[in-house]
Amino acid sequence: MAFALTTEREQQVDEVLTRYPERRAALLPVLWLCQRQNGWISPEVVEYVAERLELSTAIIKGVVTFYTMFFDEPVGENVVWVCRTLSCDLRGGKVIQEHLEKKLGCTAGHTSSDGKFTLLKAECLAACGQAPMVQINDYYYENLNVEQLDRILDAHATKGGEAAAAEFSTGATFGAPSGGDGASATSAPPPPSKEAVRLASQPPPADTTGEDA
Amino acid sequence: MTKPLLTSRYGIEESWKLANAERAGAYAVAKQALTTRTPAELREQVKKANIRGRGGAGFPAGVKWGFLNRQEGEQIYLVINADESEPGTFKDRSIMDLDPHRLVEGAIISCFAIDAHVAYIYVRGELAFSVGRLEQAIAEAREAGYLGDRPFGIDHAIEVYVHSGAGAYICGEETALLNSLEGRRGEPRLKPPFPAVKGAFGMPTIVNNVETVASVPDIIEMGGDAWAALGRLPGDGGVRIYGVSGHVKNPGLFEAPVGITMRELIDDYAGGMLGGRPLKAVIPGGSSTPVLDPRRKIDAPNEDHPLHKWHGQSEIDVPMGVDTYRALGTMLGTCCAIVMDDTVNMVEACRNLMRFYKHESCGQCTPCREGTGWLVDVLDNLCNGRGKPEDVDLLVNISNNMMGNTICAFADGTAMPMLGMVQKFREEFMDAAIHGLPDGVRHDDSVRSMVEGGA
Repeated sequence: MAFALTTEREQQVDEVLTRYPERRAALLPVLWLCQRQNGWISPEVVEYVAERLELSTAIIKGVVTFYTMFFDEPVGENVVWVCRTLSCDLRGGKVIQEHLEKKLGCTAGHTSSDGKFTLLKAECLAACGQAPMVQINDYYYENLNVEQLDRILDAHATKGGEAAAAEFSTGATFGAPSGGDGASATSAPPPPSKEAVRLASQPPPADTTGEDA
Repeated sequence: MTKPLLTSRYGIEESWKLANAERAGAYAVAKQALTTRTPAELREQVKKANIRGRGGAGFPAGVKWGFLNRQEGEQIYLVINADESEPGTFKDRSIMDLDPHRLVEGAIISCFAIDAHVAYIYVRGELAFSVGRLEQAIAEAREAGYLGDRPFGIDHAIEVYVHSGAGAYICGEETALLNSLEGRRGEPRLKPPFPAVKGAFGMPTIVNNVETVASVPDIIEMGGDAWAALGRLPGDGGVRIYGVSGHVKNPGLFEAPVGITMRELIDDYAGGMLGGRPLKAVIPGGSSTPVLDPRRKIDAPNEDHPLHKWHGQSEIDVPMGVDTYRALGTMLGTCCAIVMDDTVNMVEACRNLMRFYKHESCGQCTPCREGTGWLVDVLDNLCNGRGKPEDVDLLVNISNNMMGNTICAFADGTAMPMLGMVQKFREEFMDAAIHGLPDGVRHDDSVRSMVEGGA
């Protein structure tokens, strides 16, 4: 079946096209719009984009396969990226990945059998000071331990990604969850120490109430 | 004690909203600059500020601006590099999330100064949240009349657009970024021509890092000389955002003058080592910068040596500056340090980073595409007990054959830290070559119980 963007997204494409002197430059933004609607860049999406931007399908596939975040096969409802680069690994990134694999019942690179989660290994996600961390869909979850991770995954499975993000995502707080009662760096000015301003919140205290490891 | 500049608005409630940012001074400098000063004056201040590019290469931003040489009928573009992906680096994201208006204000002043009408902010694809913050800030600024056909009522149209990447470290390389902006695979271009001559859409283009552009309002407000004097080193001015990750008590971001030492950064700013363990090694400014070993002393008895002042002191006691760190045989990079304690096995840490480079090599140039893979293969052998002592020199040999033989600096950025690791921790590599890694080696011992919880 041919792919088509919603009317609203079509308007966004028209707006995006005005930003660049060349039509082709809209390729990444348009692929993003398509992936947000369709979940992945299917062959039908490629056909659609080729026609919309007057490009060959070969050029589009070349671009799609170059970038890690464009999916050329279907993924689960939620995509979990677990960072395994050095800063995260020094702070337990491996523990987080192993826990995810156990909990989701699939190894990195695969989708859980209920189709709710695709687990992928990520290279550095620029959250090194709040390690270990995962990205789920559009949001960052930082300073993790396994209990917190369980709560985050459960919220995704039961309430959906947006509700889970509202409750647990660390957004721009550089460490503390934006929702709940976590103190966030954005609502309480950090006290200046020496010449520095401390921006990140403290690492999570060792929580010893968990039942799982 | 100095007042924070770059991060001064981070603590304000909902600091990303125009009204709140403006109450704390946002856009006052842009208004003053656009309505009362000439572009040449502004460029002069940025040059005097001695601001070294904050993206890692440390090229003086004022000098870069001076390379622009517009031909008849050409349009100049400003491209802001927000593809922050260098392992260990997480500073630009804080500016975009917590004070996007500072970046937009910097972009407005910079566009006016270099006579550009359009700025593209290229944000790495993972940072959807930051993209949202920026787009909201841009919309607010346009609504307020700070962007658009007549910003602050002057006859110099300025538009700022956000362009989202889609997951590729190499797009932080400026010509790869331009290809990605143009809707192509993010493969670096041959230089020359440099972007200042032929960049985005074939037009003269300035590519600056987020923090560099975000520093422009302060530079213009204080004056280039005064801003430069905030730094503690000659030819390397101002304040910057330092990051610390890894085995310290308080990982995070800290604003401080250029020229503090690594020891200060770790002990005074980041609260010292986690659990009081000894510091083994620190990667000073993102994974491409060769590692520092606190045991090593500066050997510069000659008075002409740029590091003579620190002769006999530890590597981590040299002030952090672009030139001092180059003299030290490493690079300042992005000023975001990865700190490792004595539980870390350097061969394993090295393998972790080389896997990153293997994954991120764009594949255009054979020495890089194959070399990164070979390095990982050799390191895998060492780690898995299949290595031989000759493998250690093989790592050196592969690295030497990658350096300087490719289109962009990615291969150098892989080879340099690899060579630094072998040079400074050779005995550990030899040990792994002969015995393999000890069973159960892991480098998260100091935090494992915290992460695992009640197991």
